[in-house]
Amino acid sequence: MSYHADERGYYGEFGGAFIPEMLYPNCEELRQNYLKIMAEPSFQEEFHQLLKDYVGRPTPLYFAERLSKKYNTKIYLKREDLCHTGAHKVNNTIGQILMAKRLGKHRIIAETGAGQHGVATATVCALMGIECVVYMGEIDIARQAPNVARMKMLGAEVHPATSGSKTLKDATNEAIRDWINNPVDTHYIIGSVVGPHPYPDMVARFQSVISEEVKSQLLEKEGRENPDFVVACVGGGSNAAGAFYHFLDTPEVGIIAVEAAGKGIHSGESAATSALGKVGIIHGSKTLLMQTPDGQITEPYSISAGLDYPGVGPLHAHLYTSGRGEFISITDDEAMKAGLDLCKFEGIIPAIESSHALAIFKDRKFKENDVVVVNLSGRGDKDLQNYIDYFKL
Amino acid sequence: MNRIKQKLQEDKKILSIYFTAGYPSLNDTVKIIQDLEKSGVDLIEIGLPFSDPLADGPTIQASSTAALKNGMTTTLLFEQLKDIRKTVSIPLILMGYFNPVLQYGVEAFCKKCEEIGIDGLILPDLPLDVYLAEYETIFKKHGLINVFLITPQTSDARINAIDEASEGFIYMVSSASTTGAKEGFGPEQSAYFERIASMDLKNPQIVGFGISNAQTFQQATSKAKGAIIGSAFIKHLTQNGVDGIDAFVGQIR
Ligand SMILES: Cc1ncc(COP(=O)(O)O)c(C=O)c1O
Repeated sequence: MSYHADERGYYGEFGGAFIPEMLYPNCEELRQNYLKIMAEPSFQEEFHQLLKDYVGRPTPLYFAERLSKKYNTKIYLKREDLCHTGAHKVNNTIGQILMAKRLGKHRIIAETGAGQHGVATATVCALMGIECVVYMGEIDIARQAPNVARMKMLGAEVHPATSGSKTLKDATNEAIRDWINNPVDTHYIIGSVVGPHPYPDMVARFQSVISEEVKSQLLEKEGRENPDFVVACVGGGSNAAGAFYHFLDTPEVGIIAVEAAGKGIHSGESAATSALGKVGIIHGSKTLLMQTPDGQITEPYSISAGLDYPGVGPLHAHLYTSGRGEFISITDDEAMKAGLDLCKFEGIIPAIESSHALAIFKDRKFKENDVVVVNLSGRGDKDLQNYIDYFKL
Repeated sequence: MNRIKQKLQEDKKILSIYFTAGYPSLNDTVKIIQDLEKSGVDLIEIGLPFSDPLADGPTIQASSTAALKNGMTTTLLFEQLKDIRKTVSIPLILMGYFNPVLQYGVEAFCKKCEEIGIDGLILPDLPLDVYLAEYETIFKKHGLINVFLITPQTSDARINAIDEASEGFIYMVSSASTTGAKEGFGPEQSAYFERIASMDLKNPQIVGFGISNAQTFQQATSKAKGAIIGSAFIKHLTQNGVDGIDAFVGQIR
């Protein structure tokens, strides 16, 4: 049994392409070409060259000695926070911009919530000299001003999404509508392992460089390729998909996905999709999503804008329902405290998204000899104001 | 015989009107349907509002958001429609996104439609392959016609597959766009209308998107069997409420 997508883009019962006919040619063009293009040696060469020289890969696998002592286990941090632009998001945008070029596209659109994916997309568009339009909810534009400025400096046009709840899901709707209206010359760079097939699989493949590196780095440090556990936070699920990818079909490796509980799973202000979601369709994918009994998609909440998505990638829905993955949810308070702990113990200021993954150690105990790899998906620069407000710094 | 099929056999151009249930006011549904029938419309598409209508432009999005705010739900819409067949005989289609149908339960939804006297469904994000593999038998069991969309970008091979799977009409989206995005038709549309007409499909085609007045209705139906008006009618409702529906329809043809 494999936990990867089948050729129709299904992970168990999840995935597929539930899209209006207007999007069929766009997705079909991508579906027919993505594996072929990714397999081309020239693509692989350019992709890996850019990851090395531009993004700064491989990112270190760092043994967090003081943190390990505190929790009496062996904690390694995969340092995606050291990527150019400050998070793992750029692995995917580099891959997709090369894909778009080979498909002959002249215009890029993207959605963004906190602005991390928007910045990563604007960055690669600047790198390639391609027009870039980023859709962002009106509310997010107001609360993520520095990233809006970054995107503008990088030459992107930031379009406010003013429909619905004016946040990430609505920005995604607007990007999809743009794609419907511009089916020929435009490529949509989706920011996570969500959306219609082939996006979840394609984005997971681009992010899989994370676990590929972990394997060889762990071999060097521990004399074995497989950790006992891999831990990652899940918004849409792309950093987690990349961190889990090469371990999915290795049952000895425990997979731990960490979701945002917000103010508590049952507080009504939460983004813990696996616990609160039901099977449905969001943005062209059949997956678990937070919705009303009537099937209207609801607005999630988390202190971390990057985890604030009402759905989860179909891979993760499958990991959850099949029991392959262990799902833990972490509240705002637990995450903020774990973030500050990492600063104090290791001198690293993490993104609040990543702090959720770090927060599991308080209650989830591991054996002394367990090797636990935590994917540190991003750095905390973008969250400074949040940290300042929260800790009254 | 299914009312849609019966209507399509008439020797005339079909005028179909879309509106969002629960808009402008929660309880306008029945009156709008009755007035549309009285005004001589041939077919009605009742929109089931959705929080995330991907294929719709600003006008229909706003009407959906307002309808949901007004309190519209699938259950309530079925309640409003339960006696509709006592007063109207016009073919009725429910149009919406797949998720609310999935949550209601596809079988339960179809059964309810049959009880009420709904004739067909348009669910743009229920793809052809999934429909055929999982839902066709359920739709058919309850006498519901499923309407598929095609666009100027749809390949001939796929149009033929859709024609094969269809049994009422094909919804011909006039341009690569969301609803209400473009008004009027250019040479690209003429070529597309021509191409589809020459394919000799077994199902008649009804054109939607971009039709707002007598001129665009004429253009759209020069080759096709009929045309659908959505955003323009929603705008009329926004400005006039449920008054003057006959005048709106009267200026189309
Ligand atoms: C640092 C960081 N981690 C995680 C995420 C969540 O996304 P995903 O679940 O796709 O990795 C984001 C999204 O913005 C992010 O910026």
